[in-house]
Amino acid sequence: MITQWFFSHVDRRGGIVITLLVAIAVLVPLSNLLLPATSPFHVPTYLVSLIGKYLTYAMLAVALDLVWGFCGILSLGHGAFFALGGYAMGMYLMRQIGARGVYADPVLPDFMVFLNWKELPWFWYGFDSFWFAALMVLLVPGVLAFGFGWLAFRSRVTGVYLSIITQALTYALLLAFFRNDMGFGGNNGLTDFKDILGFNIQADITRSLLFATTALFLALAVFVTSFIVRSKLGKVLVGVRDAESRMRFLGYRVDRFKLFVWTVSAMMAGVAGALYVPQVGIINPSEFEPANSIEAVIWVAVGGRGTIIGPIIGAVLVNFGKTYFTAAFPEIWLFALGALFIVVTLFLPKGILGLYGTWKSKWTDRTARNRDAVLPPVAAVRSGHTPIPEPQAAE
Amino acid sequence: MQFIRLLSAIFLMLGILHHAANAQTVDDATLRPLVQALAGENFDNTTKAISDLVKTGDPRVSSLLNALGGGDLYVSKADKTVFLGKRQGSDYAATDPVTGATLAPVPRSAAEKIKVNNRLRREISAAIGGLTLMSENAGERRSAAEAILKSRDPESIPLLDRAIAAENDPSIKALMSQAKAAAVLNSGSPDDAKIAAIAEVSGGNSRDALGLLTPLEGAEGPVGDAARAAISSINSELAIWNAVQNIVYGLSLGSVLLLAAIGLAITFGVMGVINMAHGEMVMIGAYTTFVVQQIIRTTAPGIFDYSLLIALPAAFMASGAIGVLIERSVIRFLYGRPLETLLATWGISLVLQQAIRSWFGASNVQVGNPSWMAGSFDLGPLTLTWSRLWIIVFALSVFAILQLVLKKTMLGLRMRAVTQNRRMAASMGIRTPWVDALTFGLGSGIAGIAGVALSQIDNVSPNLGQGYIIDSFMVVVFGGVGNLWGTLVGAMSLGIANKFLEPFAGAVLGKILVLVLIILFIQKRPRGLFALKGRAIEA
Repeated sequence: MITQWFFSHVDRRGGIVITLLVAIAVLVPLSNLLLPATSPFHVPTYLVSLIGKYLTYAMLAVALDLVWGFCGILSLGHGAFFALGGYAMGMYLMRQIGARGVYADPVLPDFMVFLNWKELPWFWYGFDSFWFAALMVLLVPGVLAFGFGWLAFRSRVTGVYLSIITQALTYALLLAFFRNDMGFGGNNGLTDFKDILGFNIQADITRSLLFATTALFLALAVFVTSFIVRSKLGKVLVGVRDAESRMRFLGYRVDRFKLFVWTVSAMMAGVAGALYVPQVGIINPSEFEPANSIEAVIWVAVGGRGTIIGPIIGAVLVNFGKTYFTAAFPEIWLFALGALFIVVTLFLPKGILGLYGTWKSKWTDRTARNRDAVLPPVAAVRSGHTPIPEPQAAE
Repeated sequence: MQFIRLLSAIFLMLGILHHAANAQTVDDATLRPLVQALAGENFDNTTKAISDLVKTGDPRVSSLLNALGGGDLYVSKADKTVFLGKRQGSDYAATDPVTGATLAPVPRSAAEKIKVNNRLRREISAAIGGLTLMSENAGERRSAAEAILKSRDPESIPLLDRAIAAENDPSIKALMSQAKAAAVLNSGSPDDAKIAAIAEVSGGNSRDALGLLTPLEGAEGPVGDAARAAISSINSELAIWNAVQNIVYGLSLGSVLLLAAIGLAITFGVMGVINMAHGEMVMIGAYTTFVVQQIIRTTAPGIFDYSLLIALPAAFMASGAIGVLIERSVIRFLYGRPLETLLATWGISLVLQQAIRSWFGASNVQVGNPSWMAGSFDLGPLTLTWSRLWIIVFALSVFAILQLVLKKTMLGLRMRAVTQNRRMAASMGIRTPWVDALTFGLGSGIAGIAGVALSQIDNVSPNLGQGYIIDSFMVVVFGGVGNLWGTLVGAMSLGIANKFLEPFAGAVLGKILVLVLIILFIQKRPRGLFALKGRAIEA
């Protein structure tokens, strides 16, 4: 019954991805905790955290794909929602340190003692409770996205204008969180976490559990995205992406559809950020850097936007490349990333999945032709090409 | 006592300078007996000797008197000659007070210090003050008046009266009157004199005047009233100057924004393309300046002052050429897909940044300021640097030239045509791809020129462009597309708004507020201040 309901809302690929994610959520922690370190199937703890980090990035990419790939809103500020979720979790983790900080103040985090603050600012109240923090992980990015989106979509700010404004949003937050008197640790951010829900945050078991949670939440994000995209609402969103004015003329309140999907996406990014912070052990204002948000966009583009599993593939691949390059050839990484932006937009508009799609259809064509023993027509060779669209005026 | 010492030290220094510079007015033979007379039997004789010395008007007198006041003048017990002495072990290193020639060291037991008492010290300092206030040298008179303005010594009032009567230079005369007024306020003079002094003081430098008047603020009677009235009028004057300063600083910040944004406005206006690599074009312009200066330093250091003039066309060509290259190799394949263009140009910006970093290193390079950019000038109570003024002038001229290009040349005509209606322009025979390439080159070239200017006021590093890109986007979004006036108004108003918000909110919070205000502003005018009017549904 439940499985039937479940599979009616995801396609075959989505189902495979969700199954895979659930499988690694179980298998990776088991291998890390139970197998001896000498076993070839043993996953070392550093790798558990690294892959866990990739999965939170993948979740951010899925969130971004939901608005960009399916609704045509290119956000250059999704890193802001990610970071806000991260800060909410970081505040909870800071409160958990308690009197074990350097200054051993039972209530105030170290940086506040250092800045000579006497009492906890009001916006830190409640963060000693995990459930309150978890609520804030959803609410803070959600409310910000709702307010911002309500203003932007209502006045029909679209296209590159919207992209620039989202970039300004994350830039403004970057500047704000760098200030010491904002009460979020300024330049250094929040770090030196001790434990989460009573578990030592450095312990292998905690790391494995965090990994499993991340994988499960990513599976949930994939399911939610599939659910939205495959619903009737999802069809409207795609309509908005491809012909916004036409949808408006057909009588749809385009701004409300956009606002809904924008807010959902921001909350998803917030959850990703909240899972990211305990695994990397720090959150600081550099997460708000506009460059980070744009990098997230390229993950989606590489994997294939408008698909559900593309962003996951893109995020994992690009970040794996980043980890490898920045360690092995640090001076080449920016060249490689820059080239990736150019190559993907020029030659792979549909990303890796699009490449796979054209390759697969060519292959099935050829096998079909071979079976029918018909010579391939010359024109078919060029079928992979897409003509360059006519330049369009700004107005 | 302390400050008289300080004063004498200043005057001693001035006296020595003076000594070196001016010819003496009386010969040594006349001066010698007068100097000998300083070692008189009693203080009255010394007083008379001082006034005799002052009457000679010889420039050496002030340093002599200083030495006397400082206890450096000795008389030898044997032949009663007066000499300038300095303790050196058990001897005095001796100097002739008249000629300045070095004499044989005198054992300490063989000499006696010429004694001075308090009354004599007053005589001496008054005599010195009078001497320097009446000095031939204008700079010396000015420093003497400034010193009194600081010390506000009431005893100098009669000296100042004499000096003011004799003074010819109006600016020094005004300074002396200021000094006198300050001294009067510090003295026990009658009320009407003080009120006149308050009027005098408030006519001068407002900040100094505020410092002089504040102690009188709580005073009773007419003096207190006059002081309070003067303070409030000075404060309102200062508020106006403060606003003027904010406007000037805002205009110069706005000029920087204008320079950075104007090229962006052209490419965005004509092609609807957001060029994220625009900041890197600015950066390339700045590095071109660096290279040009390096070449000039090694080949022709004499023309270093003209290095910026040479760098301007070089930067325009360098950035413009790279711009055309980018347009032909990447952007032309992405027309009609503005979001993809945005991503591709971001990739280009990463590549350019890293290329410059590998080439020139990640740290700042040193770009020199030519001499005509250095220094500052006064505008009322404000001190403005020349570089601040030059950048305003430069930005406005770039704007004017660009307007001319757009309005008076064939390329400008075509560019405007393509901006307004691309298909119609193409139908009329305009080769839109060429217009696109040239527009992109022009916009990038302007960015390069902006880089030359920014190299003078900012650190030249591979990250230079990143710092400006978001601000210049804000200018374009705020000002609207397709009209350069929008960019001008947008840049200047953002610059001024920033500077006015800074004192209340701090630099960072001010910037955040401006960003928030722009986001709210977009609500009212989604296409900016000066939007092109049209009937299209979708931009």
